[in-house]
Amino acid sequence: MIHFVVHDENDSVGVVVVEGVKAGQKLAGWVMDQDKTLEITSKSDIPIGHKLAIRALDSGATVIKYGVDIGKTIAPIQVGEHTHVQNLRTKRW
Amino acid sequence: MDLTKSTFWGYKRENGRVGVRNHVIILPVDDLSNAAAEAVANNIKGTLAIPHPYGRLQFGADLDLHFHTLIGTGSNPNVAAVVVICIEDGWAKKVGDAIAATGKPVAYFGIEGHGDHDTIMRASKKAKEFVQWASELRREERPLSDLWVSTKCGESDTTSGCGANPTVGNAFDKLYDHKVTLAFGETTELTGGEHLVAARCRTDEVRKKFQFMFDRYQAIVEAHKTSDLRDSQPTKGNIAGGLTTIEEKALGNIQKIGRKCLIDGVLDKHEVPTGPGLWFIDSSSAAAEMVTLCGAAGYTVHLFPTGQGNVIGNPILPVIKLCANPRTVKLMGEHMDVDVSGLLRKEMTPDQAGDALLDCMFRTANGRLTAAEALGHREFVLTRLYESA
Repeated sequence: MIHFVVHDENDSVGVVVVEGVKAGQKLAGWVMDQDKTLEITSKSDIPIGHKLAIRALDSGATVIKYGVDIGKTIAPIQVGEHTHVQNLRTKRW
Repeated sequence: MDLTKSTFWGYKRENGRVGVRNHVIILPVDDLSNAAAEAVANNIKGTLAIPHPYGRLQFGADLDLHFHTLIGTGSNPNVAAVVVICIEDGWAKKVGDAIAATGKPVAYFGIEGHGDHDTIMRASKKAKEFVQWASELRREERPLSDLWVSTKCGESDTTSGCGANPTVGNAFDKLYDHKVTLAFGETTELTGGEHLVAARCRTDEVRKKFQFMFDRYQAIVEAHKTSDLRDSQPTKGNIAGGLTTIEEKALGNIQKIGRKCLIDGVLDKHEVPTGPGLWFIDSSSAAAEMVTLCGAAGYTVHLFPTGQGNVIGNPILPVIKLCANPRTVKLMGEHMDVDVSGLLRKEMTPDQAGDALLDCMFRTANGRLTAAEALGHREFVLTRLYESA
C-alpha cells in the first residue's frame, strides 16, 4: 500500500494519495523518479493530496518538489508534518 | 501504442482541415444579438447558439482579439456551417465574410432596421437549410496528422502533477512523433517553471518570443496585484486540494508537455499555428478562456486533466477529462472520461495511462460524446485585454 508519493529523491516533501491519514500513522512512500520506497511517521492528520515533509526544514528554508524550488518555509517543519499554506509561501509575486 | 498507422474518422472541410464534430452554429457578434441567436437555435433543432457578453465599444487590440476569436470559432473544422447575427450589418458582414473564406456555408444578418422577429425568421430559414445539408455530410478515414490536439488543466491539485498531467505529457510525446499539431498555454501558470519551458524551445527565436510573452503577463500581474495572489492563483480549489504555491502549481502544469517534445512555436492570442508540432499559446489560465482560444486557433480535440474536478466543456471542442485523484473520481465520476488514479497506486504505468488517454481521444474524435458534451457543458468565454471605450 502506498500512502504518499515523492517525485524526486532530493525533494523536501511528498504528497499523500490516500484518504484519512492520522497523526502517528506509519506511512509508506514511493519515490517515483528513482522507483524507491521510504517510510515516515506522520506528525499531523493530512488530507488526501496534501503534502508532508520528508526532511526537516528550518524557517526560511527553500522547499524542493520535482527537484525544483517551490517556495520558502515561514516556520520550522518537522519530518512527517503537514506542509501547506500555514508554513510554506511563494517566493514570487 | 503504435501510432504509425493510426487513423480517425473526421469531416473533411472545404479548406482541407478535418473536424471531429459537425456543428451548425448560430454566432452572435455582440451581447445584443444573443436573444435572436438563441431563438434561432430553439427554432431549428440540431443547431447550437454560442451566446457571450461582449462585442460593444471595444477598440484596438481588444477588438481585434474579439473578432479573431469569433471568426476562429466559426472557421474551426468542427463547425460545418455558420449563421452570424449582429446588431449592425457592417460587423455581421465582417465576421461572416472572414468565416466564409474557409469555403463553408455562412449567412449573416443585422438586426437594426428589421427587429428581432424578422431577423429570427430569416436566420431560422437559413439555419434549417444549413443543418439539413450538414446532416448528410459523412465522416471519412483520415491520418492522425490531421488531428489538432490542445491541452489545459483545471482545478488542479497535487495529484494533477503526479498523475493526470504526466499522462497528457506521455500522450503528447507520442503524438508529437506523428506530426500532430499540439498546443498548451496558461502563461501565468508557468511561474516558477518558466526556465524549464524556455529550455524546451526549439530555437533561440522561439525562446525569445516565449520569454517576451511570459514577461508581458508577469507585468500585468505586478501592475494589478494587491497581494501575493494567494486568494486566486493558486485558486481556493487548488489549495483545498493541497497545492500551496504558484511555483508548485506551475511545475505540475508543465508535466503536460511531456519529457521529449520541443516547443516549435509561440502564438499570441490572435495567432494560429502554421504547421505541426507543439505550440505555446499566450493565454489566461482560466479554463474556459484558454479552451475558447484553442477552439479559435483551430484545435479540434482538447485534453483536460483535473484534480479537484473542474467540470468545463466547450461548445465546439470535445473536452476530454482525466483525473488521478481517487476521491474526485469517486465523488464526481460523471464528469470523468479517463480514470488514471491507478497511477498513484502503482497499478498503472505512465505508458499505460498515456495509452488509455489516447484510446479515449481516438474514440472521441470518431464521434463518442465526452462527459462534458453529454452533460451540456458549453462554456464559451472571450478574453478581454482592457476596458471598453
